[in-house]
Amino acid sequence: MSKIIEGLLYSESHEWVKIDGNVAIIGVSDFAQSELGDITYVDMPSDGDEIEKGSEFGALESVKTAADLYSPVSGTVVATNRAVEDDPSLINADPYTNWIIKIEMSDKGECNSLLDAAAYAKIAE
Amino acid sequence: MDKLTCLHDSHVAIGAVMSPFAGFDMPIRYPAGIIAEHNAVRTKVGVFDVSHMGEIFIDGPDATRFVNHIFTNDITKAAAGEILYGMMLYPDGGVVDDLLVYKGFTAEHYLLVVNASNIDKDYEWMLSNAEGYDVKIDNQSEQWGQIAVQGPESEDVLVRILGLPQASALTFYTYCELPGLILSRTGYTGEDGFEIYASSEKTKEFWQTLLEAGIQPCGLGCRDTLRFEAGLPLYGDELSPEISPVMAGLSIFCKLDKEEFIGKEALVEQKAHGTARKLVGLEVKDRAIPRAGYSVETPEGEVVGVVTTGYHSITLDRSLAFALVDSAYGALGTQLQVRIRSKVFPAEVIKKRFYQTNYKK
Repeated sequence: MSKIIEGLLYSESHEWVKIDGNVAIIGVSDFAQSELGDITYVDMPSDGDEIEKGSEFGALESVKTAADLYSPVSGTVVATNRAVEDDPSLINADPYTNWIIKIEMSDKGECNSLLDAAAYAKIAE
Repeated sequence: MDKLTCLHDSHVAIGAVMSPFAGFDMPIRYPAGIIAEHNAVRTKVGVFDVSHMGEIFIDGPDATRFVNHIFTNDITKAAAGEILYGMMLYPDGGVVDDLLVYKGFTAEHYLLVVNASNIDKDYEWMLSNAEGYDVKIDNQSEQWGQIAVQGPESEDVLVRILGLPQASALTFYTYCELPGLILSRTGYTGEDGFEIYASSEKTKEFWQTLLEAGIQPCGLGCRDTLRFEAGLPLYGDELSPEISPVMAGLSIFCKLDKEEFIGKEALVEQKAHGTARKLVGLEVKDRAIPRAGYSVETPEGEVVGVVTTGYHSITLDRSLAFALVDSAYGALGTQLQVRIRSKVFPAEVIKKRFYQTNYKK
């Protein structure tokens, strides 16, 4: 059974979002990392990239497969996590501490369509 | 419904991630993960369930002549107890399967070990080409379990944990027969190792003994990363009806000085005139991973090939691939690029044997 944290929002494509003012901190769920197995590479966007909700912003590569990352919100990339870029296995070790990117949201209202922990639990199994 | 190997219950019980492969429900990785399993085989030892592989026995007065007719390597050059790698070909040089042939200790007796995905096709192929040969072709694939113990400590494991001192006498690509089992010094990892063919009961017993001794179970995930680093082809990726052994750089296993074998004329022609495409090694100078199906291009963006297998090599920490490219771009040192998602990454043609193998000669 994968771990799901209360208080975060989730996308159907297995990203989580933590809201911090106008900034969305984005990572992938425990379900996503356990499905992928050992993650060896993170394909990151660049700071300043404009991203639409639902569009691809990067990818995680495990030994066997590549999985695209989809943005749960629209906005501008304001930070990428250098630590997970240098050591992608941090995402396997703790997917909820080790965020991937931060986005300055252009429409905070988009968060209303994301899933809460209980709703996400139904699809992450 | 996928077939199950005799060790299926154990895989599920110890938490393997299972997936369909070649018609079987097979373990891809165990809780340790592909990287830990891969490293266990490179540095110590690991054990694989390879019971899905096929075992076809050929006996009869014409067995030697028949095997040499369908097989690219020359079985008359092998001694009893030796094993040869090679292929079965279609007349046009395309590959039916790649396989091991075990030369029997009694005359006119052979074991052919074939890929799980091709068992039925291979068996039919043998039957359909046996006219005029006095042979019995016996597909015993469902009666045999098989485990592979691989890694530098594998001899020690066979001797001390499985009680098989006979392992020490074997050199690479030789085998012996023991009551109810066949033991060969073979594998698909680039390391020293053994494969043990036995009944389901005996296979389960060996497997359980190894797990209880703390030997790392290894899934098909790391079987692929290991064979890839060692430059070994996988049928379906690097060999196929469209990819001949000449294209794949495996001519050394095709003895064109043999009087005849199916596909020989096509290979002679390919050797003489070259092939349109060839299989090469590629290194991408980035951590991005060139995956099977990604296109290979010239620096100007012209598509000249496709990746057949690619990984970020666990042992070598480099992004590497096998790719089938237009032969004009196959020379070592050729600068190409691989399209990975929306970006392109420079790549260079290098030798396919990425990892220096450690066999017991």
